[in-house]
Amino acid sequence: MMDLIKIREQFPILNQKINNCDLIYFDNAATSQKPISVIESISDFYKKSNSNIHRGVHSLSRSASEQFELARKTVANHFNIDNEQQLIFTAGCTDSINIVAQGLAKFHLQKEDEIILSTYEHHSNILPWQLWAKENKGVLKIIPLLANQNLDYDSIEKLITHKTKLIAITHVSNTLGLITDIERIISIAKKHQLPILLDGAQSAPHMPVDLKKLDVDFFVCSAHKLYGPTGVGLLYLSQKWLDKLPVSKSGGGIIKSVSFENTEYADGALRFEPGTPNISGVIGFSNAIKFINNIGITTIFEFEKKLVQHAQKKLREMPEIIMYGESDEKAGVISFNVKNHHPFDIGTLLDNYGIAVRTGHHCTQPLMQDLKIQGTVRISFAIYNTIEEINYFIEKLKKVIKMLQ
Amino acid sequence: MTIKEIEKEIIEEFEIFGDDWESKYEHIIDMGKSLPLINLNLKTNNRIIKGCQSNVWLNTDLINDKILYTADSDAIITKGMIALMVRVLSNQKAEDIVKADMDFINQIGLKEHLSPTRANGLLSMINEMKKEALKRI
Ligand SMILES: Cc1ncc(COP(=O)(O)O)c(C=O)c1O
Repeated sequence: MMDLIKIREQFPILNQKINNCDLIYFDNAATSQKPISVIESISDFYKKSNSNIHRGVHSLSRSASEQFELARKTVANHFNIDNEQQLIFTAGCTDSINIVAQGLAKFHLQKEDEIILSTYEHHSNILPWQLWAKENKGVLKIIPLLANQNLDYDSIEKLITHKTKLIAITHVSNTLGLITDIERIISIAKKHQLPILLDGAQSAPHMPVDLKKLDVDFFVCSAHKLYGPTGVGLLYLSQKWLDKLPVSKSGGGIIKSVSFENTEYADGALRFEPGTPNISGVIGFSNAIKFINNIGITTIFEFEKKLVQHAQKKLREMPEIIMYGESDEKAGVISFNVKNHHPFDIGTLLDNYGIAVRTGHHCTQPLMQDLKIQGTVRISFAIYNTIEEINYFIEKLKKVIKMLQ
Repeated sequence: MTIKEIEKEIIEEFEIFGDDWESKYEHIIDMGKSLPLINLNLKTNNRIIKGCQSNVWLNTDLINDKILYTADSDAIITKGMIALMVRVLSNQKAEDIVKADMDFINQIGLKEHLSPTRANGLLSMINEMKKEALKRI
């Protein structure tokens, strides 16, 4: 059995008062809070091990390099990646997608080619492709939604033509919390020999992701949404792309030899990590993974599922609530609106009770356009949230609605 | 009344609430309901103020040397905020509007809404109102 009190004790920020109320943090899909082990691993690095990696002969540098590469192993293991050279540390999910988009633009994508995205996509998985499309007369084809706000998987085959070169899709909708049937998409992609980029920003924090089982070409996520620090994330490349994807950023530390005329690049992950990386961030990232593994990602998923089910049940009892993408199988996210009230009003008043929710379009404006709404109120959970917090939130939500009438 | 006199009146009104944020917000919501509404056919995209999470429309007229504002928003708190600004700045001379320091916002405990990152865009509203006044000097 998971000890919730012990878990909450590991998050110093949760002791804070907002407006004289206990902080209730329901904005985990934007970024999660950090356990003390992650915070201390970062300050410990600067106190005890700080030096640059992959270059020094001195002891400190060796120790820092070892910690960095050990972090790579820890993170690789978690996602079941055999060869940790396939795991590149980046500045985050957005950075990772841009590295793939710019690499593919040089090598794989031709003028007037087509890329398939879904209606769910976060702007970070739209704009890099749109940038390419604008410059190359490319076409973005969008997997539409069904009436229940699930993706219309049957439509995918119809979107594919001889010009289709990639499927870039989110694993979990950051606005609705609905989980993509990625196995089904993989099987369609295999049939047509299409590479897949899987955006794991919202799946990695909530559910097991096994990259040996999921045969995708690229997987990306951010550490800060899974209890780790900001400014660091990962890009996984399948073996096939590891030597093929051209680098789009270059610089020191990633070479075998350089002359003014030519450069021989290093092999594997290093090729994509020019300059001094976010060393302390990577170490923090691996400690976040350790935190998750101490609890168990499946335990986290089951626990958060209960929170979602409880909150949905409570919201369903309120006739003035409109929920989007209702489902019992969700990854920690619920979006809703209150009839005749703007999400901004709901969020502003909840904040006065110490409840942090997100309001607006959640960087998914095309999804908002599809749902014909301006925005939603989004609550999103993490391992430290409780049923009591949800009950308090529901009580205050009712009060807020009354205030607005 | 001058801008300063109206501000003083508002400060006194808010003093009654003390730290009771719920009453304060209820008052703001009520003010939103009494906002002089912008004419429906003037609710056009070029009258939308950027920097707010909700839509805010502002129209400015110059009548007998005085600036008259009408506005609307689809969020009621935002509407209350702009109603407060309209109450202070509307029906004043453009020169006075441009000079107004709007310091009363701090005094009625809504300072946090002035931060540029605040999604209701109170700062954007004030800037827009002053900009429109300046055009008419
Ligand atoms: C589904 C999804 N993709 C991409 C991103 C971008 O992540 P980051 O801002 O950490 O780069 C987010 C963050 O909100 C997200 O939810």
